[in-house]
Amino acid sequence: MLRLPKTRVAKPTTVAQAVALLVEHGEVAMPIAGGTDLLPNMKHGLFEPEVLVALGGIKELQRFELQTDGTLILGAGVSLDRIAADERVQRTAPALAQAAGLVAGPQLRRMGTLGGNVMLDTRCQWYNQTHFWRQALGYCLKKDGTVCHVVAGGKKCVAAASNDTAPTLMTLQATLVFEGRSGRREVAIDDLWHTDGIHNKKLGTDEILVEVRVPPRATGHRGAYGKLRERGSIDYPMLGVAARLDVGRDGAVEGADLVLVALQARPVRVRRAAELLIGVPSSGDNFAEAVAAVAEAAYAQAHPMPNIPGDHEWRREMVPVYVARTLHAAATGTGPVHHV
Amino acid sequence: MASLLLNVNGDQLEVTAPDHWTLLEVLRYRLGLTGSKQGCDKGDCGACTVQIDGEPQLACLALATLCEGRAITTIEGLMPAHLRAGGKGPDPLQDAFDRCGALQCGFCQPGMLLSAKALLERSPDPSRDEIRHALAGNLCRCTGYTQIFQAVELAAAEAQGRAPTPPAWHPDGNPWMPACSKAPAKGESR
Ligand SMILES: Cc1cc2nc3c(=O)[nH]c(=O)nc-3n(C[C@H](O)[C@H](O)[C@H](O)COP(=O)(O)OP(=O)(O)OC[C@H]3O[C@@H](n4cnc5c(N)ncnc54)[C@H](O)[C@@H]3O)c2cc1C
Ligand code: SF4
Ligand code: FES
Ligand code: FES
Repeated sequence: MLRLPKTRVAKPTTVAQAVALLVEHGEVAMPIAGGTDLLPNMKHGLFEPEVLVALGGIKELQRFELQTDGTLILGAGVSLDRIAADERVQRTAPALAQAAGLVAGPQLRRMGTLGGNVMLDTRCQWYNQTHFWRQALGYCLKKDGTVCHVVAGGKKCVAAASNDTAPTLMTLQATLVFEGRSGRREVAIDDLWHTDGIHNKKLGTDEILVEVRVPPRATGHRGAYGKLRERGSIDYPMLGVAARLDVGRDGAVEGADLVLVALQARPVRVRRAAELLIGVPSSGDNFAEAVAAVAEAAYAQAHPMPNIPGDHEWRREMVPVYVARTLHAAATGTGPVHHV
Repeated sequence: MASLLLNVNGDQLEVTAPDHWTLLEVLRYRLGLTGSKQGCDKGDCGACTVQIDGEPQLACLALATLCEGRAITTIEGLMPAHLRAGGKGPDPLQDAFDRCGALQCGFCQPGMLLSAKALLERSPDPSRDEIRHALAGNLCRCTGYTQIFQAVELAAAEAQGRAPTPPAWHPDGNPWMPACSKAPAKGESR
């Protein structure tokens, strides 16, 4: 039995009310959407907000539109289950639909929201534990302690960004719309992240994510998500791979992007993916060769650490495997890449 | 402490509970509805699965105060709903679990049933794959799942009025007891 710490729940019905509550209570307040990340963390004593500002009753956060120019508007409060099952998302942004459909298990996807997934706390096997467990360990830098158990002598937390939708939204060049005390601001999702595992997002305590905007995709847009995890039914990623290919009329790749998650504190873009794939035909031997080169580049760049479960050397060996499979799945429209 | 108005299994109930209590705690420790199990208490196992507005969700990660105004169905509500709808005996899915031996310790079963029941409501004749995916968030440490899948298939087949696919260990036909609603009256032999 894991009890929640005492807290009060406020139920605003507009974004403005929610922001006002966050401003009024300052540091001791936190927003809660589906609660599927925050409540387990609170039960583990990782957060003890005095006030929870519940976002579930706010209609503005439920927007879900595919506009005529192809822009996809996804309210932060839309459930992952709805995104995964939506034909418009499956058709126009397949990597996102696939990633949303592979988060946790079915009950959690009905409760968990897109906003909560983007805002997910980083994860570490020395951190996502009960208070009793962490106390026995002597705590760690991220919460209550002074040392890191992943990097000996490390002065910086390297807990892993573990949100499946984040890398897909990066390949889709999504914009995040926040509202806070000084009004609305838009941020490219690439610019959201810090490399610090304690707080991996640049965000004020008064800010709420209102919606995610995915700009129009190229005519030949293709995408896929690959996820390595222990149990296919429920677990967080041990590695997530999001791929985008823009294929021109002649069948050659005109644009490409590849972003990995569950390695370090922020999702990681494979720098050489685009330069190695552009101009290459999107099928046949040349494509397979280019994909193999991207997989090598990803292997060179990715250094999984013993921050999350799963042997980190094995996770590294899986990087080129999942990168190659996910790029092929994107090219052939056969994602997601997943073992069940 | 706040007074909450909850709709549980069709009854409007007023309960008092602090804001930090989960729906699972209110069900078990205020309302005495201990059918919903407290397993991991952090979202991993699915033993606490209840239906909220018809959708299987986890009671251990739902704040009770945020469930006001929503229809909550727990395992205790399945049979009464079946009887209210004019049925006989337990819900046919419960009966199928019983006939298939789809449990050992039974700890996962209330959650399994509520996930499976919602599946059959949205997809009356699901494939084995659909069943596996719908039950992916309900972990069972005992059965190995096979009888659970068979029970869902048996209930689906009977609701469609056809014989279930025989299991591999009994290829010559239907090895299961007749449904409760078809059971002979006292004194009659089966
Ligand atoms: C067993 C289990 C397995 C899981 N597996 C996965 C997995 O495989 N992949 C994965 O990505 N996640 C996984 N999760 C985590 C979680 O279910 C999802 O990430 C979900 O999308 C979180 O959304 P939520 O609405 O429940 O977030 P909440 O828990 O409500 O919030 C999460 C964080 O975001 C903040 N927040 C929420 N909404 C907003 C907003 N609109 N503006 C500003 N801040 C906000 C909250 O303050 C909190 O800090 C798992 C959880 C469990 C319990
Ligand atoms: S990476 Fe180090 S500091 Fe960060 S949560 Fe893990 S053990 Fe703690
Ligand atoms: S008790 Fe709720 S998921 Fe395990
Ligand atoms: S019967 Fe024991 S957990 Fe499923």
